[in-house]
Amino acid sequence: MNTTKILYSIFLGLVMSSLILWSSDVNTSDHIIVPPTEIENSPFDLMMQVLTHQRCVNCHPAGDRPRKGDDSHITRSLGIPRGNDGHGLQSISCGTCHTTQNNDYSGVPGAPDWALAPESMTWEGKTRVEIAEQMMDPQRNGGKTPQEIMKHLTEHELVLWAWEPGIDAEGLPREKPPVSKEDFIKAVKEWMASGAIIPEA
Amino acid sequence: MKITFTINGEARSIDTDGEAPLLWVIRDGLNLKGTKYGCGKAACGACTIHVDGMQVRSCSYPAKFAEGKEITTIEGLSRGDKLHPVQQAWMDEVVPQCGYCQPGFMMATAALLNEIPNPTDEDIDNNIINVCRCATYYRMRKAIHKAAALAAQNPSE
Repeated sequence: MNTTKILYSIFLGLVMSSLILWSSDVNTSDHIIVPPTEIENSPFDLMMQVLTHQRCVNCHPAGDRPRKGDDSHITRSLGIPRGNDGHGLQSISCGTCHTTQNNDYSGVPGAPDWALAPESMTWEGKTRVEIAEQMMDPQRNGGKTPQEIMKHLTEHELVLWAWEPGIDAEGLPREKPPVSKEDFIKAVKEWMASGAIIPEA
Repeated sequence: MKITFTINGEARSIDTDGEAPLLWVIRDGLNLKGTKYGCGKAACGACTIHVDGMQVRSCSYPAKFAEGKEITTIEGLSRGDKLHPVQQAWMDEVVPQCGYCQPGFMMATAALLNEIPNPTDEDIDNNIINVCRCATYYRMRKAIHKAAALAAQNPSE
C-alpha cells in the first residue's frame, strides 16, 4: 500500500512538472512569433542592406536638402529645399539639373521622377526597424498598401536606378548597393509574402 | 540625329549626337556664345538657359531632349531693342565684375520673376543658387529687386 502511494505521488509530481514546463513554453512562444533579432541574409536583412545604402538614403534625407555622393554630403548646388512636393522650388527644381537619365558628360545622375522622398519618409539617422515601420505605415508612406510598397521597391525606375547609378563628375562609377538587384527584388517579395514581419529592435 | 527646336523665336534643325550637351549645340553649332561653360557639372549655373520657360543647366541637358522645345538663351531675353527688365536692372546696378557668370544669373533671375514676380530676399537666396567667383551677390540682390520693380511697371514685358 505504501509502495503504491509512493508511486502515485511520483506520477503526480511528474505530471505537475510537465504541466509547469509546458506552461512556461506557452509564455515564451509569444516572442517566437516576432524574431528577437535580425537573421543575417534573411529577406529583411537583404532588403535593409539596400534601403540603408547611400544610393537610397541620399534622397530620403533628414532635413530639407538632398545628399550627394558616397559620403552623403551637401553641396551648395544641392542646397535646394525640397519644396512642397519634393521637386524643389518654384523656379529651380530637381529638373533644372537632373533629367530622366544619367548624363555621362556632366556626371549628373538622372532617372524618371527624380525627386526627394516626402519628409514623412525620412530615413537618414533611423534604424532598420524604424525605416521598415515607417515604410509600412500608411499614415507616413503616402497611404500606400503593402502591395503598392512592394511595387515601388521592385519596379519603380527611380528605385532601380540604384543599380545603374552611372558615373560621377570625375568619370568614376558610383557605388552600387551591396546586394544585387535580382536578390533585392526577391528578398522584398519574400519578406512581403511572409507577412512583412519587422524584427524587434 | 536630327533635332528640331525653336531657339530665341527662330525654328532650327541641327544634326548632332543626341547625348551631347545642348550647350555644345548652342555655342558651337549655332554660334550663340552668350551662354557660358563653367563647371561642366550643372553646379555653377553659368550655362543656364530656358527650355519651355523653365531654367535648365545646358551643360547637363542632352540635346535630344530639346526636340520640339522652345529654348531661350541670353541673346533672346530682350524683345528686339527693348531690354528685358533683368538686363536693364543689371546695367542700372552695374552688377558684373568679370561678367563671365552673369548670363547664367540673368537667365536664372528671369525664370525666378516668371514664378515669383516680387521675390523676397529669402526667395532669392533659395531660388538663385548660381556661383559668382567675383562675389557680386549683393549687387545682384539689388538688381533682382529692381528688375521686379521694373517688370511691375511694365507688366507686358
